[in-house]
Amino acid sequence: MANPIEIRTAPHLKRPQGVEDIMRNVVYALVPVAVFSVWQFGISALALILTTTIVAMLTERLFSRLAGRGNTLGDWSVVITGMLLALTLPPGFPLWMAAVAAFIGVALGKALFGGLGFNVMNPALVGRAFVQAAFPVAITTWTPAFAPGRFTEFIPSTLAVPFMKPDSVASWVEALNIDGFTGATPLAMQKFQHITASTNDLLFGNVIGSTGETSAALILLGGLYLAFRRMLDWRIPVGVFAGAALVATPLWLLNAELYPSPLFVALSGGLMLGAWFMASDMIASPVTPWGAFVYGALIGVLTVVIRLFGGLPEGVMYAILLANAASPLIASWTQPRVYGESKGQEGGA
Amino acid sequence: MNLFSLIKGHATFAHGGVHPLEHKEETAGLAIRRLPFAPKLVVPLSQHKGAPAKPIVKVGEEVVRGEPIAESDGHVSVPMHAPATGRVVAIDLWTTAEGPKAPAIVIDVYDAASQQILYEEEVDIMRQAPDEIVRLVKDAGLVGLGGAAFPSHVKMLPPAGKMIHTLIVNGCECEPYLTCDHRVMLEHTDALIRGIRIAMRATGARRALIGVEDNKMDAVRTISERLPENDTIEVKAVEAKYPQGAEKMLIESLLGQQIPEGGLPVDLGVAVYNVGTLAQMGELLPRGRGLIERVVTVSGAGVARPGNYLVPIGTPLGFLLKAAGVDAEANKVILGGPMMGMTVASLDVPITKGVSGVVANAVGNSDQDERRVYPCIKCSRCVEACPMRLNPSMLAQLAKKREYECMESDFHLNQCFECGCCAYVCPSNIPLTQYFRIAKAINRERPALAS
Repeated sequence: MANPIEIRTAPHLKRPQGVEDIMRNVVYALVPVAVFSVWQFGISALALILTTTIVAMLTERLFSRLAGRGNTLGDWSVVITGMLLALTLPPGFPLWMAAVAAFIGVALGKALFGGLGFNVMNPALVGRAFVQAAFPVAITTWTPAFAPGRFTEFIPSTLAVPFMKPDSVASWVEALNIDGFTGATPLAMQKFQHITASTNDLLFGNVIGSTGETSAALILLGGLYLAFRRMLDWRIPVGVFAGAALVATPLWLLNAELYPSPLFVALSGGLMLGAWFMASDMIASPVTPWGAFVYGALIGVLTVVIRLFGGLPEGVMYAILLANAASPLIASWTQPRVYGESKGQEGGA
Repeated sequence: MNLFSLIKGHATFAHGGVHPLEHKEETAGLAIRRLPFAPKLVVPLSQHKGAPAKPIVKVGEEVVRGEPIAESDGHVSVPMHAPATGRVVAIDLWTTAEGPKAPAIVIDVYDAASQQILYEEEVDIMRQAPDEIVRLVKDAGLVGLGGAAFPSHVKMLPPAGKMIHTLIVNGCECEPYLTCDHRVMLEHTDALIRGIRIAMRATGARRALIGVEDNKMDAVRTISERLPENDTIEVKAVEAKYPQGAEKMLIESLLGQQIPEGGLPVDLGVAVYNVGTLAQMGELLPRGRGLIERVVTVSGAGVARPGNYLVPIGTPLGFLLKAAGVDAEANKVILGGPMMGMTVASLDVPITKGVSGVVANAVGNSDQDERRVYPCIKCSRCVEACPMRLNPSMLAQLAKKREYECMESDFHLNQCFECGCCAYVCPSNIPLTQYFRIAKAINRERPALAS
């Protein structure tokens, strides 16, 4: 007994899974999605992912130093923010705008509230919402997947000089001469022309869209990995899809010409990525089990309502941000019934 | 996790719980061994919940192993007996595990003192009236040996208007490392069954359910082999999941009922006893003996000879550790199990009636305790782990703001029994359980501060 005796409080055991393990595994789950997007869209996608991730990390480092919190990069959470942000942007999005989005997302969406654990909304989506408002044209300019020469040549808009008009993507796309490319995402085609993309194309990324949202199958794979490792609350994605189906199914049954099928709703646009990787942001979602369902369902309902009745073809981002804001309220309404608490009204015993 | 338990089929409580590494294999197969007398035994007067005992011996007096040396002081109190033959050398303040010094009787054990107990008196226990049995239980100095150390006789007397119909016998032993109850069930099965029948007679219970975690199926078999068919005593395997051995959890697992908030098991007509307590009851009462020794598991990474030791009450911790071959590196010693036990500041503290185990350097702790504390990321693991279905995440936010009253009034703080599941699972390493201990302590003192 030569060493000094340690005094600790119980419990003296600890499950070996920390914040950094959870966050790192979310990054792992995102890697296949990111790799696929690079294969699909080429070096522009790679540059986009690197830009947002590096800018997000630098912003986090800057603000944690200013706040005297020490180095917070080790918790990996900002890497998720950076990667997710890139995956929600169009592949040819100008890099300087992506950098703005990453800075705003981390600075206004996270650091301002006190860093990890205190953000009210998903920081990646805060950044995206900012650039959606600031650069409405760039964020709805789509480029074809699997373009020839995508590994040697940037999409012209990618390298746009800040505050200058980016090169026209339209003429570049024309020069590529790809069959049937209309520049519209499956969601826009469905909304405005009532043309529905095939399930297969949606599952395996054979459609155009944001950098990381086109392959529903890979996103599902990563999400399931996290759910099985219990690093993601399965109730949230389940709630999202249940909520989306709740609104989409009756409308589809009513008029299948005008309204998309529930399967199309689930697989198209950003719903898959949003449900598994953004709505499930632990910090901005309720801690109560029932609250997670309600919160997920709210996102699903809002998404479909915005898609079908709003002015925009896509509604996942605003749906998640709104549900993030409602999360504390949902949590306080769904407090679990404590062991031994009387089932009826208060004082019933 | 829930699906898994459905497949396994053994009953369990409805919500929460955790599965820490059990570390029971180190000692579960080792038979109980008797520990020699330490040269000096220290019998604290308060080893139980309630009023401390009053000494009835004087300094310099000679005591015989088994002889009463302190009497109970009131209803919620028990007497003490001499654990060895020797001479009282002091009745003085002594270091306790809890921290503050407390009065204790110090006995210098005679060299070559016999382990035989001469101080006894045969009693035909099953012929005694229930009231008489309750008195004998008190005279034996019996308290809950599972760790709570609540006087056993008090639970036998339901308050007016209530009655006990079921005896729940707690053989769960859900704390990692501990195997003393397991060994008692295997080696002292007859004494255990005798004790159950005594307790049933005293409480008026018509049936008894023995709940044993399904990682001890050998104990389930051993006990059921000794029971006649259609007996009023029944053994039931329950899922091995911490904290299955908490009485609220075990009652829910076995009876499917919850104790109302702020209530006691007796509100459901139930009394809960630990198997170790009842085995002692079955052993001591028919012979008119007092509680002077108990089985203690000594285990952990720093122990060369782990095992289950029959330890005289009052044995200094240091003596027990030396006998078990604890190496010089051991610097963290836990009394009880690693989930709810406390570390001790001094090896002079004696083994008391409520100490079920000693864990020296639980595996892989020290480095983990140094892990960085992150802010709460609202991952909801604590909400899922809490067997009382509290919201530890919310409670911790309030604790940080010192909203202790709100924690109690709006978030059921007092339902927390400090099992430690929330802090165990917290990926941010937030000391949740400690927050709640502090909050409860401050709330307890508040009325005193106000007046």
